[in-house]
Amino acid sequence: MKALLLRDLKLAFRAGGGFGLGIAFFLIVVILVPFSVGPESSLLTKIAPGILWLGALLACLLSLDRILALDWEDGTLDLVATSPLPLEAVVSVKALAHWLTTGVPLVVAAPLFGVLLNLPAEGYIWLVTSLALGTPALSVIGTFGAALTVGIKRGGLLLSLLILPLYVPTLIFGAELARRGAEGQAVSTPLLMLAGITFGVIALLPFASAAVLRVNLR
Amino acid sequence: MTLRVKNVSVARGGVAVLEGITFDVPPGKGLILKGPNGVGKTTLLRTVAGLQPAFKGTIEAPEESIAYAAHSDGLKAMLTVVENLKFWAEVFGKSDISAAIEGFDLVDLQDRLAGSLSAGQKRRLGLARLLVTGRPIWILDEPTVSLDTASVALFARAVEQHLQSGGSALLATHIELGLNVDILDVGPFRATASEGAISGYDEAFL
Repeated sequence: MKALLLRDLKLAFRAGGGFGLGIAFFLIVVILVPFSVGPESSLLTKIAPGILWLGALLACLLSLDRILALDWEDGTLDLVATSPLPLEAVVSVKALAHWLTTGVPLVVAAPLFGVLLNLPAEGYIWLVTSLALGTPALSVIGTFGAALTVGIKRGGLLLSLLILPLYVPTLIFGAELARRGAEGQAVSTPLLMLAGITFGVIALLPFASAAVLRVNLR
Repeated sequence: MTLRVKNVSVARGGVAVLEGITFDVPPGKGLILKGPNGVGKTTLLRTVAGLQPAFKGTIEAPEESIAYAAHSDGLKAMLTVVENLKFWAEVFGKSDISAAIEGFDLVDLQDRLAGSLSAGQKRRLGLARLLVTGRPIWILDEPTVSLDTASVALFARAVEQHLQSGGSALLATHIELGLNVDILDVGPFRATASEGAISGYDEAFL
């Protein structure tokens, strides 16, 4: 399993691996928002947590179809399925690798991008907390979507359609946590809800992902 | 360590393709499957490898004993030859890849990216993967595609050595490997029309 994680990380950093793609997309979305809503700083302050969360979510979505599709195309998935690794572990490791290469950079970069949207000073800590807590859920749910659509030609769009509704709870509580933090309100309710969603999907979804993968590999 | 296939029927895309297949592959023996294109050799091999359920019949093999090699080699273009082999060795809990590199004449290619290899060299690397798995039962689907005669001989020697050391192999191939193994023509086992489409088979719905 360690071998699989290291291999996925190595591949992400090599040519064509797509590392940095998500974060560049995130930056562009955040830059485009002031152009579209106007340079009014009080308005930007108000919408900053929501925009940052939406941008991070879309950036995450961008690389989802690579999680399993590439391994399917070159036959690795068939060979891994006949190896000693249980598929549940394989999809968990894949989700972890996706989070390390997409989610973590987003968490690190979000405070920088917050400056562009005039995020209030007290909001930064909660923005980072909400993203750090929420992005693992995005990767795990995304891996489930990737398992559902593996083997389908141009499954990327279908993957987005399937996955975006499943992202709604994470988005609601993640953005709510960041917004309340920025406005100095009590944060414990959205914090607990977001943590519950993340740990819930980490505990349950790998089994569902492995099950649909088994069906898709037939 | 005997692979036993009893009265097995296999289906592809919800349609039965082969039925009533029975054979044993004991240690030290090999079996070559022959038959026209589309008769269901690949489907049968995938079923025996455990990638899809048999429609009927039973397949008995010891746990964690099968190494499967399909049409595609499962190589990563952006990893080197050594990195590719090391990855598979670690997945199968092994660490020594030198025998595989020498066995398939990959010494000069060790540090090349797999993406820059020719089709035949890639195939050799894909087959070298079998040696690093350390598993006794090899299931090979068209292993000699895009190999030249020298590489085919190399491959035949690797299979022979594997059989001599107590392993076994089940192959689907169209060419003569010069191996002293049994041949099973699966053509006569083609599923009859009456078997037809299998109702209730849960094909992918997306």
